[in-house]
Order: sequence, then structure tokens, then C-alpha cells
Amino acid sequence: MADIDPRVDNAAREGLAGTTPTSVYEPTRDPEDVTVAPDHRPMDEQPKWRRDFAIDVPEDNFVARRDFAKFLVLTSGAFVAGQAWVAAKSLVRRRDAASPRMKIASLSRLSLGSAIMFAYPTGSEPCLLIRTRDGRLLAYSQKCTHLSCAVIPELDRGILRCPCHDGIFELSTGRNIAGPPPRPLPAISIEVVGDDVYATGVVERMS
Amino acid sequence: MKPRRQLTRTQRITVVYGVICFVLILVVLQLWLLTATVDAYLGGDLGLVWPALGASSACLLLNLGLLRYLAKL
Repeated sequence: MADIDPRVDNAAREGLAGTTPTSVYEPTRDPEDVTVAPDHRPMDEQPKWRRDFAIDVPEDNFVARRDFAKFLVLTSGAFVAGQAWVAAKSLVRRRDAASPRMKIASLSRLSLGSAIMFAYPTGSEPCLLIRTRDGRLLAYSQKCTHLSCAVIPELDRGILRCPCHDGIFELSTGRNIAGPPPRPLPAISIEVVGDDVYATGVVERMS
Repeated sequence: MKPRRQLTRTQRITVVYGVICFVLILVVLQLWLLTATVDAYLGGDLGLVWPALGASSACLLLNLGLLRYLAKL
């Protein structure tokens, strides 16, 4: 008796005990794997236009799922591009981190319980310098952290209010205490030398 | 050589659905990651930006691998 090849996939072993005929592994025909009309009636009952341009509906759906997967991966790539853009912006921000020291007001012209506007660190960044009734000096960016509307100081209520969506910030800290703003107002560091008030930096905060 | 078993259409559709679900979860994760990163960036926290870019890129690579698998299926 000839030796049996121990390899399981040897053709000579086909049909022997413990092996499976290769016919089992042959592709089976799926009942859906035919051209069918959406109403499942036979093709000779279909209108002529459908007979001329028959569409395999299951196959058509199958391709659409793959196209959807491609679209999702494209979206995934777009998100990575967005992350890269933020990373590039952070590099630029680090490079330009040093804020200038800039005179923004004279203390003698700022009465107690009043506020003035100034632009810092560039001309397009509106800020507020507030002198409270007890003489403290506070400075914040005027742009609401929700959608950049200008906030209005309401010194009597001890708040800064954004009129666009009724966002409210605490006057003494700049913290967001009500409404849609997600973060506190950026604080402006100030320094008083004699009668002059200087802005020296911007402090952005998460909470 | 062992013959490669071919999947039926129904089986392939199941695999495709599974892959799409996985890709969708990764894309939603990337969306959350981008939202959190922009929020942190605007709040002055720049330490989060590069790790988030790395994580999002890893998700993209995984998605591309799954798409490649889908194309070969």
C-alpha cells in the first residue's frame, strides 16, 4: 500500500476519512446573485426599457455600500487635514507668542465704575479696560468666546453680557457663568506705571 | 494548495456592514477629537494639538487599511 501524503490539502487524500472534498470549497451560487427587478417579477414581464437596461439591484446596492465606505474614509482624511491645520496654526502662534507692551490708557482719565475700549495686541482685537467702583483694574478681550460678538460691561450687575445669545461672564474673573460661551474671556495682563496703564500680554484660558 | 473559500454575497455584505460600522465609529471619534482640539487651541492649550494630530492620523491609516481590505473582498 502506497504511503499517504500527510498534507491535508493533497488531492490524493480527497474523499478519505477526515478530509473534505474540494467541491465543498467551490463558490456556491447565492440565490440573490442574479439580475432581478425591484418588483421581483421575471424579466419577460418587465417593460422593454428595463429589459434593455437591466440593473442587478443587489449588485448595485453592494457597490453603493463600498462607495459609502470610500466617502467615510475621505471624510476621515478631511478631519486629519483639519487637525494638521490647527497644528500649523499652533506653530505660528508659538512663534508670535511675545505680546507687545503697549500703553492703553491714563489712569487719571478713567473714573471709578467706568470702562473704555482699546485694541490689543493688534488693531483688530477689541478689548475692554474696566475700573471697578473699588478701584480695581480689569482688562478682557471684548470678543465673546461663543461667536465673537462684542460683550458689554454691566458694572451694576457685576457681569459682562453678550447681547447676541445672552452669554454672561463674571466681571471680576471673566469666567463664563451662563449662556452658550464655552470658555472664559481671554484676560489682558496690565501694568500700571505712574498714571499710565500698559497692556503686557493676553492670557487665554480653558476654565 | 488549500483552495481559498469564497464568501457568498450575503456573507460579503455582512463583512462590508461590519467594516462600515467600524469606519463610522473611527470617523465620529475623529470628529470629536477635532472639536476638542479646536476648543483647546482657542482656550490657549497648545499641548493637545500634536497628540491629537497623531491619533487622528492613526485613525485615518486604520480606515485606509479597512478600505483596502474592502476593495480586496
